[in-house]
Amino acid sequence: MTTHAIEARELTRRFGKFTAVDAITFHVEPGEVFGFLGANGAGKTTAIRMLIGALEPTSGSATVAGYDIKTQAEQVRRRIGYMSQRFSLYEDLTVRENITLYGGIYGVSDRDIVSRTGDILTRIGLEHAGDELVRDIPLGWKQQLAFCVALLHRPGVVFLDEPTGGVDPITRRRFWELIYETGAEGTSVLVTTHYLDEAEYCRRISIMVNGAIAAMGTPAEVRKAVGAETLDEVFLKLTRPGAGAAA
Amino acid sequence: MRAFLGFVRKETLHLLRDRQTLAILILFPVVQVLIFGFAVRTDVRDIQIGIVDPTPDVATNELRERVAASDRFNVVWTGSSAADLETRFREGTIRQALVLPSDVERRIGRGDSLPVQLITDGSDPNTAGIMMGYASAIVDRWYRDEVPGKGSLRIEAQARMRYNPTLESSHLFVPGLIAFVLTIVSALMTALSITREKETGTMEMLLVSPIRPKAIVAGKVIPYIALGFISVLLVLVAARTVFGVPLRGSLFLLLAESVLYIITALALGILISTQVPNQRTAMIAALAGLMLPTLLLSGFIFPLDSLPKVLQWLSYIVPARWFLTIVRGIMLKGAGLATLWQETLILVGMTMFLLVKGSRGLAIRLG
Repeated sequence: MTTHAIEARELTRRFGKFTAVDAITFHVEPGEVFGFLGANGAGKTTAIRMLIGALEPTSGSATVAGYDIKTQAEQVRRRIGYMSQRFSLYEDLTVRENITLYGGIYGVSDRDIVSRTGDILTRIGLEHAGDELVRDIPLGWKQQLAFCVALLHRPGVVFLDEPTGGVDPITRRRFWELIYETGAEGTSVLVTTHYLDEAEYCRRISIMVNGAIAAMGTPAEVRKAVGAETLDEVFLKLTRPGAGAAA
Repeated sequence: MRAFLGFVRKETLHLLRDRQTLAILILFPVVQVLIFGFAVRTDVRDIQIGIVDPTPDVATNELRERVAASDRFNVVWTGSSAADLETRFREGTIRQALVLPSDVERRIGRGDSLPVQLITDGSDPNTAGIMMGYASAIVDRWYRDEVPGKGSLRIEAQARMRYNPTLESSHLFVPGLIAFVLTIVSALMTALSITREKETGTMEMLLVSPIRPKAIVAGKVIPYIALGFISVLLVLVAARTVFGVPLRGSLFLLLAESVLYIITALALGILISTQVPNQRTAMIAALAGLMLPTLLLSGFIFPLDSLPKVLQWLSYIVPARWFLTIVRGIMLKGAGLATLWQETLILVGMTMFLLVKGSRGLAIRLG
């Protein structure tokens, strides 16, 4: 048995001859905010999809919230939250209806749904918009709402795939506060991002290059290991070695 | 179970909130009935006919009056020579000509043969066949009345159109229309609703949630069963009140078979949605892959017997073909399950196959 929230061992996924994720091994501790970095196409989303049970690994193994993703997918699904790259609430349902729907799907009791709906609306400042259609609320709020909905059933681990794409800086800051609060409550957060300033907020990060993990540790450790001043530089050096050397 | 009910509620809300689509779906069946009923008639009226009668006498006068009295025909021209018939056909002033021989009265008296010629504009073969039928029926009757059998017993074959004695096309098209409307409402709409969720990314959320693919499929299907059922009722009411289409068999059986076919169509829609990436492709696939076979290979528009052999074989896998036989059987012949059990069984089999394949496809493609 493991006490880690996520534990991946040699996790691999191939599509034909192309190896999207190449034997990655890492773990995430309970309550830890873990940054999952990498260029577009480095294999982040594929790795996440395997961990949430949306894609079968070709080889290797992983446990999430203590359950094996291959043999206990059902238990894994009940204990994780997931927010995809694409906005994932129903635009033609109201805020409240969306929350109720996902609450029902994850088996949250009616009474808990009502009280947690109230909590969510206050938390992100949408008290007056509960009965508005989701399509009518601003993008920043939609993203926060999607995040809160992913946490509705109090999962042990939550996966956020580029949650702050296309969101203004103030809302991004607000979003990261939500992430911290979540970690402080004991829920592990695995978050992918393109914004390297955001990576500094993570307790630990990993940088994926061509499907493999090229560096991992606290942001300070990674900077030191790669020999770079900033994470920006780290990222350039790892993903485009030629460009890094020239700089 | 609670999750499932919540899911059904969500699908119903999607359907109800999209007012435009809903309005189209409700109006569609009624509009179809009216269009097919009034515009696409295959029974022919007001046929412009010309009559060539070189030597008018009592007997030919009787025939001319019979033609004129029929509401199928409109005698636009009567002359004594067949010389300019060709031009009249070409100009389109006449679509059919009845050419009588000379001295009809005398020929009848002598018992000679009576070569009557019927010329029909064949540019639309279906209509031409029908026009020929009408005209020769009148000529036959007239001939029998004018030339009574001379003592000897005459045996005659009489063709009668059973179940649809007046050849009303509305009686034939309503069953086909039910199949057509159900295919569109059920198959196209489910295919669209599933691919829409694929496009927006909500399907991925559902598939990584504890709700099972089977429940997702069932939840999607239920509101559309209700909608399809309403469509059937609308078509039946419209067909009955506007065109007086009969319902000779059991209404209950008809509705039960319709629900079966709705589920067949929904399963087809699910299958399509698992194979295509987005709504646009789903739309094209549904139109090309379902609508055309439903129109052309089911016996709705073209009689199956007149199709090439290959297409006839192909029609065996078109569910609408079997459903059409069932609906025509119930509505026009008053048939019961005792005669329609084979078709019903085939539909049940197809539906099971499609449902299993569809929900598996959903699980594999996305889960």
